[in-house]
Amino acid sequence: MMYRNDFASGRSCWKPSLVAMLLTLLLGFSLSAMVQAAQDTGGESVAQRIAPVGQVWVEGEPAPETEPVAEVATEEAPVYVAPRPTRKDYPDIGVSSRAVVWILAQMHLFFGALVLAVPLFVLIIELVGQSTGDERYDDMAHEFMKISLTGFSITAIFGGTLALALFVLYPDFMGYMMRVFGAQWIVYAGLFFLESFFLYTYYYGWNAMRYGNLKWLHLTLGLLLNGAGMTIMVMANSWATFMMAPSGVNEVGAIVGNIWEVMKGPLWNPVNLHRFIANIAFGGAVVGAYAAFKFLSTRDPAKRAHYDWMGYTSNFIALLAFLPLPFAGYWLMAEIYAYSQQMGITAMGGILAWLFIVQAVLIGTILLAANYYLWAGMSRTEGSSRYQWLIKYIALILVVCFLIWVTPHTLLLSATEIAALGGSHHHYLGPLGIMPAKNIAVNLMLIVTFLSFQLYRRSDKVATVSWAPAGNALLVAIYVVAIVNVIFLGVYFGYFTNTVYKVGSSVAQVASTLVVIIAGIVIDSLMFRGARTLPSHWGRIPDRAQYALFALPIAFTWLMGLMGYVRSSVKTHWHVYTVMQDNSPDNFIPTIGYAGNMITIVTVLFLLFVLFMFWIANLGSSRQPVPVRAAAMEGVA
Amino acid sequence: MSVLIKTVGFSLGLTLVFTGVANMLPQVEGDAPVDVKVDLSALTMDDFVAMGEDLFNNKGTCTLCHKPAPLGRAPDVQGTNMVAITTERLADERYQGKATDAASYILESMLEPSAYVVAGWGKKGSDDAESPMPAVDKPPIQLSDIEVDAIIAYLQAKDGNEVTVALPSPDAAAEVAKSDAAPGGAGAAPAPAASGEEGLAKYTCTACHALDSDDTLVGPGLGSVGARLSEGEIRQSIIDPNAVIAEGFPAAMPGDFAEKMTVRELEMIVKLLAEKKQ
Repeated sequence: MMYRNDFASGRSCWKPSLVAMLLTLLLGFSLSAMVQAAQDTGGESVAQRIAPVGQVWVEGEPAPETEPVAEVATEEAPVYVAPRPTRKDYPDIGVSSRAVVWILAQMHLFFGALVLAVPLFVLIIELVGQSTGDERYDDMAHEFMKISLTGFSITAIFGGTLALALFVLYPDFMGYMMRVFGAQWIVYAGLFFLESFFLYTYYYGWNAMRYGNLKWLHLTLGLLLNGAGMTIMVMANSWATFMMAPSGVNEVGAIVGNIWEVMKGPLWNPVNLHRFIANIAFGGAVVGAYAAFKFLSTRDPAKRAHYDWMGYTSNFIALLAFLPLPFAGYWLMAEIYAYSQQMGITAMGGILAWLFIVQAVLIGTILLAANYYLWAGMSRTEGSSRYQWLIKYIALILVVCFLIWVTPHTLLLSATEIAALGGSHHHYLGPLGIMPAKNIAVNLMLIVTFLSFQLYRRSDKVATVSWAPAGNALLVAIYVVAIVNVIFLGVYFGYFTNTVYKVGSSVAQVASTLVVIIAGIVIDSLMFRGARTLPSHWGRIPDRAQYALFALPIAFTWLMGLMGYVRSSVKTHWHVYTVMQDNSPDNFIPTIGYAGNMITIVTVLFLLFVLFMFWIANLGSSRQPVPVRAAAMEGVA
Repeated sequence: MSVLIKTVGFSLGLTLVFTGVANMLPQVEGDAPVDVKVDLSALTMDDFVAMGEDLFNNKGTCTLCHKPAPLGRAPDVQGTNMVAITTERLADERYQGKATDAASYILESMLEPSAYVVAGWGKKGSDDAESPMPAVDKPPIQLSDIEVDAIIAYLQAKDGNEVTVALPSPDAAAEVAKSDAAPGGAGAAPAPAASGEEGLAKYTCTACHALDSDDTLVGPGLGSVGARLSEGEIRQSIIDPNAVIAEGFPAAMPGDFAEKMTVRELEMIVKLLAEKKQ
């Protein structure tokens, strides 16, 4: 039985929605006023701020009598500089403090990313269900929420444990951060109450607010849930970006700006955007693995069709978010270079440069898996045969570009090896190791991945508009021009001009890729309006294709861990770059191998906790059958 | 169950592939700068030049940017005769600095990189008026005066030029590669202070303490410190500042004055402060 959401009925229900929104706004203003008040006074009274100088006396001797000093009134707040802890100020717990914090922080971030992303695309899916009247979207959105619900608790548990670990293991650093961010911590904690309120009313109110205007109230709750979640994320991001590029403090770390000046450092918004997009890709990939597992676990055609569709939607979300991610990453790196060239080169051309070979392997895995899933998914539709001849060429471009991307530039070689190679760099492969070649490779990989996606979307449709041939010709022309442009810009500016132009040309390369993606979406959406639809069979996909949906979250998780390693390591031996030095025993950048082992530990831990989360989600809907003996007794009675 | 085993096995296998790749790559650790004790009485100019080269390649992080074209993001200092090119740079009409010779030009380039920016190497949009290079005596690099001199010596000596900077004297400083050395001009170590006032200036006490009032800067004001503390207490708070910290203030005062100050300097400062009773 299909239900159509009735927007016209239940008109009185707009009132609760309005009231809820007003209450939220009021609460927001109150919190903002609290922060402002705390800033105005520095969080302390005038009497507290004019702290008297304490008495000093030599240990073992009685305290001397001194003349009382009149309190000196001043309106100047004391300036707190960053502490300079020595090695003995870091507690030794027998294992590496950094390793403990690393694991806890990464687990907190994994689950935080998941539970921030899922409500975001759940809201969009719910909105699609509302606008199309197709209840399958609504049910799927609800199921996504169900499987991630435990994730909120797990995030909070790891967050709390991380905070405790930091206070115990890095007391001076945390004391300084508390001092710098002040009342922002209270607001941060307060937002968790808000988020919990919206989360539980959103999830448990799903069926109670399913139709009519109540549905809009439900959507509003979802929006507020996302608003609270996003605010939490950007606040937490400001701590990380403050550590990388401090603002609102002077060169000795004394606070000279208000909380807003402390938060809005040069890297804050690039990190906000990067994490926002990456979270969506990550969340889509994780719930895709759930759908794949459920698909493989059942032989029921109806359930396989449902989970196939769910897996496809998850992959769609992950891929759509993933495509612009390198551009957000590019912006972040450009801002890092602008803030400190030294920091940028430490990441890209210094000790951490090898890390980007691993990154290439991971992103290559993601693109190959996502493409493979799309190609395998074409078997669902009968119209896909029109495009299948293109797949081998796409695969060829992907593999060649992947190999260029993983080509290292500088190798650690013995004298014999250098002699055999004919120099420190290979005569032919050497030029493939530098960034221009890799920029060409990554842009081409993104362009052909979008082509795979576009072909998949077209495979169950036949355009009926009269200008379809012209539209196709235009699209082909755009692809050809963009590919030629990407290659020309990379080769000419990368190898025949100096570094400044090399960096500048990569912006034009990215623009070419974006033009393909935007033009492709616009032309197809116009061309396939009112198109004839060909039969599509959900559930008709090879089992092996589901493993691509497992490869995606594993590669995403590992990639997030790797990027966490580089983000933290570019600070080198500083807790807060240039302001508070890290004098702990772990104040060195670990090797890529050590980091790889740590990332694997957290990835496996995350996998186990995700399995637990899925198991809990299904436990709630299972019911123990009545024991045979009791049933028999009932029958006798 | 077989689906669970297969999918978990696949996921673990893939994870191990990534771990394997990470472990196959060259393993390099990025060490933080460490304090190195150098016997200055036995230091030769060759040692000093070698020290400069090491600082240039490691702690100074100069080679991150100063590489041969096309890899460099700054002029190729190691591939250029810096002494020979100084004349050309100083004669450039864009030059607005105060250097008069190669040593002072290299010193100025390190401490005030924007004083003169080589054409084409300025910050984007600055029209070569601003350098992207950080001052090497400030965080995060924080080279000491002697380390800066060692780099100048290296840049002069590498092309066979005469080294014009003086070797640090044994009395100048015991620690050469000290990461948290106080910034200041390059050259020989400062002479002992002749009075309490000079001592306070030498150890930059006024950066954090108001001397003529009790106003709070970073640390408490010292205008009436003599009324609050005895000479012994003042002495104690200088040589072991973290023993007792004034309420409401962080443990921010350097704890190494006992190593840096001469006994005479300490006593002059203590006496001067003890007289401050307003």
